[in-house]
Parts: sequence; C-alpha cells; structure tokens
Amino acid sequence: MRVRFDKLGFVIALLAAYGALWSSFATLKPNRIVQGQAEAMLQSLPVWAGWSLAGLLVAATAAALFRTSPWIKLLAAVAALAALTLAIGYAATFLTPAGNTYARVSPASGFWILLFAFALLAADAITRLEPPPGMRVLFLILAAVGVGALLVSGSWNGLSIMKEYSGRADVFWVEAGKHVELALGSLFAAVLVGLPLGILCHRVTPLRDGVLNTLNLVQTIPSIALFGLLIAPLGWVAAHMPGAAAIGIRGIGVAPAFVALFLYSLLPVVANTVVGLAGVPRAANDAARGIGMTGRQRLFKVEFPLALPVILTAIRIVLVQNIGMATIAALIGGGGFGVFVFQGIGQTAMDLVLLGAVPTVALAFASAVVLDALIEMNSRVPNGARSA
Amino acid sequence: MREWVPTLLRGLLLVVLLAFLLSPGSFEPLLKPLVQPNAPAIYNQGSLLSLTLLHLRTVFIATLAATIIAVLLAILVTRPFGAEFLALSRSLVNIGQTFPPVAVLALAVPAVGFGEKPTLIALFLYGLLPIFENTLTALTNLPRSVMEAARGSGMTPFQRLLQVELPLSLPIIVAGVRLSVVISLATATIGSTVAAKTLGEVIIAGLQSNNLAFVLQGGLIVGALAVLIYDGLSAVEAMIARRTGTA
Repeated sequence: MRVRFDKLGFVIALLAAYGALWSSFATLKPNRIVQGQAEAMLQSLPVWAGWSLAGLLVAATAAALFRTSPWIKLLAAVAALAALTLAIGYAATFLTPAGNTYARVSPASGFWILLFAFALLAADAITRLEPPPGMRVLFLILAAVGVGALLVSGSWNGLSIMKEYSGRADVFWVEAGKHVELALGSLFAAVLVGLPLGILCHRVTPLRDGVLNTLNLVQTIPSIALFGLLIAPLGWVAAHMPGAAAIGIRGIGVAPAFVALFLYSLLPVVANTVVGLAGVPRAANDAARGIGMTGRQRLFKVEFPLALPVILTAIRIVLVQNIGMATIAALIGGGGFGVFVFQGIGQTAMDLVLLGAVPTVALAFASAVVLDALIEMNSRVPNGARSA
Repeated sequence: MREWVPTLLRGLLLVVLLAFLLSPGSFEPLLKPLVQPNAPAIYNQGSLLSLTLLHLRTVFIATLAATIIAVLLAILVTRPFGAEFLALSRSLVNIGQTFPPVAVLALAVPAVGFGEKPTLIALFLYGLLPIFENTLTALTNLPRSVMEAARGSGMTPFQRLLQVELPLSLPIIVAGVRLSVVISLATATIGSTVAAKTLGEVIIAGLQSNNLAFVLQGGLIVGALAVLIYDGLSAVEAMIARRTGTA
C-alpha cells in the first residue's frame, strides 16, 4: 500500500514543530503583573514528563501527517490536547519555587500554538466525520466533562489564571450568573417582541421597510455608545416612575445593558422571521387553506414550523452575539465576565483578562454548537416536505 | 417613498457629519441641554476630526488586510490543490465567528501590547470571516454553464480565475467587505479600552465623566460613518453587478 500524506498534516506539523521547538511553553513571573521568564517545553517539566509529552506530540503529529481514518486523527488530537492541558498544570507546580505564593506561572505562546495545532486537527477530523447533530452535542458534553474534571481535580491550581479565580471565586460565579442572565434574558425578550413584530411585518407589507430600516440603524450605533446613551432615559424613568426603581430599573447597571442587548437582538429576530415566513411555499399555504384551516391554524401548524429553521438561525446569531456583547456591559456597571476583562486590562494583569475572556469564548462556542445542532434537527422535516 | 428621497437623506447626513467634524463648536447649543451646567458639551480632549480620521484609518488598514488574505484563502481552498482544506475552512469560519470581539481584543494585548496593534489584530481577524465566507460562497456557486464555456474556449485555470471567476464573484465579495466594514467601525470603538486612538475615546470619556453629550456625539459619528460607508459600498456592489450582468 502506498503511504499518502495529508496536506493539512503538514500545516499542523509545522505549527506543532514551531510551538514545541522554537517557542516557550510556560512563563514564570515573580508576581502577577511583571514580565516573566519564558521556559521551553523540556525545561518547564520534569525530565520524564517532558519527554513523554514530546513523544506523544510526535505520535499525534504523525497521525496528522498520514492519511488515516478520521477517528484515529480525532483520537490523536484528543490525546495530544489532554496531554497538553495536563502538562501545563504540571508545569505550573514544577516551575513555582516551593513556598513562594507570589510567583505566577502562565501558559506561553508555544502552549497556545500547540493547542491551536491540535484543536485544528480535532476540528478537521470532526468535519470529515460529518457527525449527526446529536453526536456533535455529545462531543461537546464530553469536552465539557473533560475540562470540568481537570478543574475539579485541581491539576490546574498552580496556574496563574486559577490563582486569579481562587481569589475571587464568589464574585466569579455572581458575574457569570449576571452574564448568562443578560445574554439569555435579552434574547428571550427579543424573541417575545420580535416574533410578533416579524409576523406583523410579514402580513402588513408597508410596515416592513420602515421597521427593518430602523432596526438596521440601531445596529450601526457602536455598542458602548448605545449602552451609554440608555443611561440617561433609564435614569429618568427610575427617578420619575413610581415602582420602576423597585423592580431594578436604574440609570447605570444591568438595565441599560439589558435594553441595549435587546435592541441589538431585535433586527436578526424580526428580519429572519420575515424571511422565514416569506420562504413558506405558496403551495403549502394554499393546501392548508384548501383543507379549511383558519388563519391562526395556518400560522401555527404550517407557516411557523416551515419558517422555524430560519428563525432558529436568528436565535443562534443573537445568542452568540449577546454573549460577546454582554462583556461590554461591565463598562457601565452591568456586570458579567467583562468585569474581569476590563479590570485585567486596567491592572495589566493578563491572567485576569483570561479569566473573563476564556469563559466568554467557551460559552459562545458551546451555545453555537448546541443551536447549530438544533437548527439541523429542525430543518430535516421541512426540507423533506418542501421537496415533495 | 420617491426614488430620490433616500439619496437626498444620505447627502444631508454627509453634510451634517462634515459640518459637525469641521466645526463642532457651532453645534454646542444643541448638545448643551444634555450636560451639567459647567461640563463641556463638545469633546475637548482632542480634535474630533483627527480621531475620526484615525478611526477610519484603523478600520481601513484592517479591512484591506482582511480582504486580501480572505480572498486569497478562499481562492486557495477552491482550487484542486487546496480542496482538502475546503470543509475545514468552512467549520473554522463558523467557529471563528463565535469569538466575541472584546475577547479577541483582550487576548491580543498580552501578545502585542496596548495601543493600535491589538485593535488592528482584532479587527483583522473579525473582518476576515464575512469576506472569506462570501468569497467562498461566490466561488463555489458560479453558474456551471459559464465555467464549462470558459474551459471549452481553452482558457487556462489561471485565466479562468482572473477573467471569469473573480469578476463574477466581485459583487458578493464586495457585500462581504461591506458587512466587515460595518462590524469593524463599531468594534474599533472598543479598541479605545486598550488605548487605541479611535472615536471610542470620546464615548469612554463620556461614560467616565457622566457626560451624555460625549457619548452621543461619539456614537452618532460612528453610526453616521457606518450608514454612509454601507450605502456607498452597496452602490458599488450594484454597479459591479450591473456591469457583469449578475444582477
């Protein structure tokens, strides 16, 4: 049998070689904000661990280089990623001088490059496997369980980002709750208002352009400005409307952030509802009318199910966008993971920035995977119906 | 609405924007009611015009770089040589779009430091995706008959790319650039949280000193720029589409 090479394998091998041989693996800093001293992979780990990691990475790179089954590639990628994440935690304990509580160890560029290289391999293997939506969600759950186990086992506790966390564990979960509340709450409100508005725009054509253009204009205002602009009107409402302050409406804080995210979310929801309803085949509607369905029955039993994938796509866009934008809420006292990002930027403590940014990215990524799976599951039936 | 009304409104918006940038002082009475009696109503810690130009420059550099790289990558993965990367690049684009701009910006700081550089990196990475996605869509959905005619008339693959595929894809590529620019214009304001010189400075100054007029003028300038550039590029797109007959 002829041995065949994989082109992507070369890219991964080059990245891995650069990350392992020419970049540093971990950085040891005397305290949390100063520049540290970068250490190469074999210097960051005890001899046995360093060489085992190197051996495993070489084996995984070999699996990437040759054309083999995607399952083998996925297995190699997962093994390499697991080894890397374990090793960085181990490096932290190994590099930190005994008894020194100020010293911090963070992953350096080489670690991130290696992580990227093997994540690329995993992404490629998963793409080639073309897993059904359920299996993709299963992969996500397995990955989450793996990361969770690492966190609980304490093997990362020596890392700087975990030290930042342990100092503010309570605040972290409060802000995480606020972040999810902001992102999901504003999405929920946008769906509640946007769906009927979209249906209305679909039915009443003269309304459509006006509504969509206005919502389009809202999107052009940068998020930090919109957050700021809402402070004044909401402050006024809080001061002048009896009971408004009691239910949490205030000039600064969560309220303006919530309203801003809501306003940004409206356009995708309304626009996709209109597009989805417009895409319902005339024949389906005629048939429904023919068998004597009322307007309401048609809406809920025919038009809505057929438009669902397009509407779900809007929800995916909005949720991912909201999770990202909720970080900016921290600038106006709205809380969320942005608190750590902006505090970290202010203190030039990059591990604190990571503490805010990594969960945000993970949350956005996970919700995208779950909603993509949902969209795919829901579009099967209507597509089959459409081709009939 | 009559046909000339939108054009007139856009012209008016441009005139107002230019007037505000060239002589912000003359708009002071309009913004005065928004601030406390002693606070300045017009941004006074730098020239609005120069901040606007710097803002546009940052967006322009990032978008130009993103366009070049995204189009080259899309061409690469649609050639036989790069076909292996096609499926992966699609999923990477999907994954990439889930990264929030603030996170990209914040994560770029440890690598390159504060200032314009992390903003350029975030805008570049974030701008890549819509352009790449659109170019890919355009290049993979060309009419089969046209491609076969080009092949049949003896064109080399390179000639086909330059004379048939790219011209036909141009309107959709421009649409991608348009999306990317609008996102970048808004995202660049966040760059000011890592000390980039953009209009975000005006907004953040307003947030910090509780000066609503600052927030409003910063936000509205960016919004007006986005609307004008979006419409301008839409017009370019329509023009190209008419010329190539793909409209």
